[in-house]
Amino acid sequence: MSADAYIEIEELHFSRGSRKIFNGLTMSIPRGRITGIMGPSGTGKTTLLRIIGGQLKPDSGSVRVDGVDMARVSRDELFELRKRMGMLFQSSALFTDLSVFENVAFPLREHTRLPEDSIRDLVLMKLNAVGLRGARDLYPSELSGGMSRRVALARAIALDPDLLMYDEPFTGQDPIAMGVLLTLIKNLNLALRTTNIVVSHDIHETSTIADQLYVIADGRVIGAGTPAELQANDSELIRQFMHGRPDGPVPFHFPAPDIARDLLERAR
Amino acid sequence: MTDLLQRIGARTLERLAKVGQASVMWALAIWGLPRRGDFALLVRQIYSIGVLSLIIIVLSAFSIGSVIALQFYTQLARFGAEDAVGLGLALVLLRELGPVVTGLLFAGRAGSAITAEIGLMKSTEQLSSMEMMGVDPLRRIVAPRLWAGIISMPLLTAIFNVVAIYGGAVVAVQWLGSDPGGFWSGMQDAVEVWDDLGKGTVKSIVFAVFVTWIAVFQGYDTEPTAEGIGRATTRTVVLSSVMVLALDFALTLGMYGEFK
Repeated sequence: MSADAYIEIEELHFSRGSRKIFNGLTMSIPRGRITGIMGPSGTGKTTLLRIIGGQLKPDSGSVRVDGVDMARVSRDELFELRKRMGMLFQSSALFTDLSVFENVAFPLREHTRLPEDSIRDLVLMKLNAVGLRGARDLYPSELSGGMSRRVALARAIALDPDLLMYDEPFTGQDPIAMGVLLTLIKNLNLALRTTNIVVSHDIHETSTIADQLYVIADGRVIGAGTPAELQANDSELIRQFMHGRPDGPVPFHFPAPDIARDLLERAR
Repeated sequence: MTDLLQRIGARTLERLAKVGQASVMWALAIWGLPRRGDFALLVRQIYSIGVLSLIIIVLSAFSIGSVIALQFYTQLARFGAEDAVGLGLALVLLRELGPVVTGLLFAGRAGSAITAEIGLMKSTEQLSSMEMMGVDPLRRIVAPRLWAGIISMPLLTAIFNVVAIYGGAVVAVQWLGSDPGGFWSGMQDAVEVWDDLGKGTVKSIVFAVFVTWIAVFQGYDTEPTAEGIGRATTRTVVLSSVMVLALDFALTLGMYGEFK
């Protein structure tokens, strides 16, 4: 394991039913940096985050988070480890029966014995960091998609975690909300020195903030490097993905019989 | 033939695995309490599971008590035994109808609500996000609902019995003119604390454990789609109702001894 790696994944194999999701995936996530994980839809990017967070168990291979082997960790140790992780879900996953304030206060109330005054100060500081101090009394149903993501981000950083995982943070965001999120992710990384993993298929946005990128397809890493290195990569598959070409090694068509035969079948 | 056997085997193994998962979930959740702040969660659940079920319990109890008194009175009056309406009403309610009807109503009102709520939390990733924050959903979400069900249902059964007896008294004594002394004293003489009240309470506690267990597991195990939540909610009501009726037969057989 390299000295500055926060997460080390080696020879990861994982299947859902008969479908192989990872087939010997190996990667290293450096401490205190922003790592982008990209790949076509359905390649298992979100599944990878769930494996790192211990919500799913791999079939084989090793996943070490800050030196802890996730395969050998007990249930109690896992919940303890997760207090040092924050995750921003694609759906924001805010608690719909709690106000914005209470959503951000939730991890503080669960894991600390801080007095109410301190919790209030901390929540307001976290909400201020995402620009939503004024929305503290609103409920999730009253927020726009972008605001929900920012509240979820404030909640994810409530306990000042060592690791922040973002699952498709830019999906469905308007350009302004996207710009706000990009700035927040970058600034939080600079201010807190957290290890960040951004799972996304938004190449341009992820490239602007990531220190290094991994491209995964067919259950393994097909390309790794800085955004500039990947842009200049010769591999047809990576070029197709990085330049958003509709056809190439990843075919435009889902496997199907020849169209002429398909159309004429009814005529016979 | 081999295919059929294979399919039956696979389905049986699948069902057994679900029972195993449900048992592990129940054990982890039931020992999850108590913890700092959990009392407030429990009180909130007792309110939403127990207090909010009161209206349907009271209305049904009054109606059922009145109807039983009416039927008893009509039949017993033929033999000049109208005074026995009170004791018959009390025994049938305390031993059988109180716990069983409360169990069925609880499954329809509170059980379905628990499944839908937990299922929706699962489909909107609220349970996953809780896990990722290092908060165990079994302790935070499942345990308070299990305990609230176990506490609420015997209390609802007691309320059901009281209101149903009152409904019966209104019909038999106030309306049909049965002798109030015979109505109440017959009841007082015949009802035994353990045999009638105690065993009825045991039934309601057993029903409570199973109905809330089925409801939380169906919610927790639901397929996180709108269709999946609908199916899970239906399964909760059907399974809980069948379970209440089957358990009632088994408990009656076990607790009331020799029938031959």
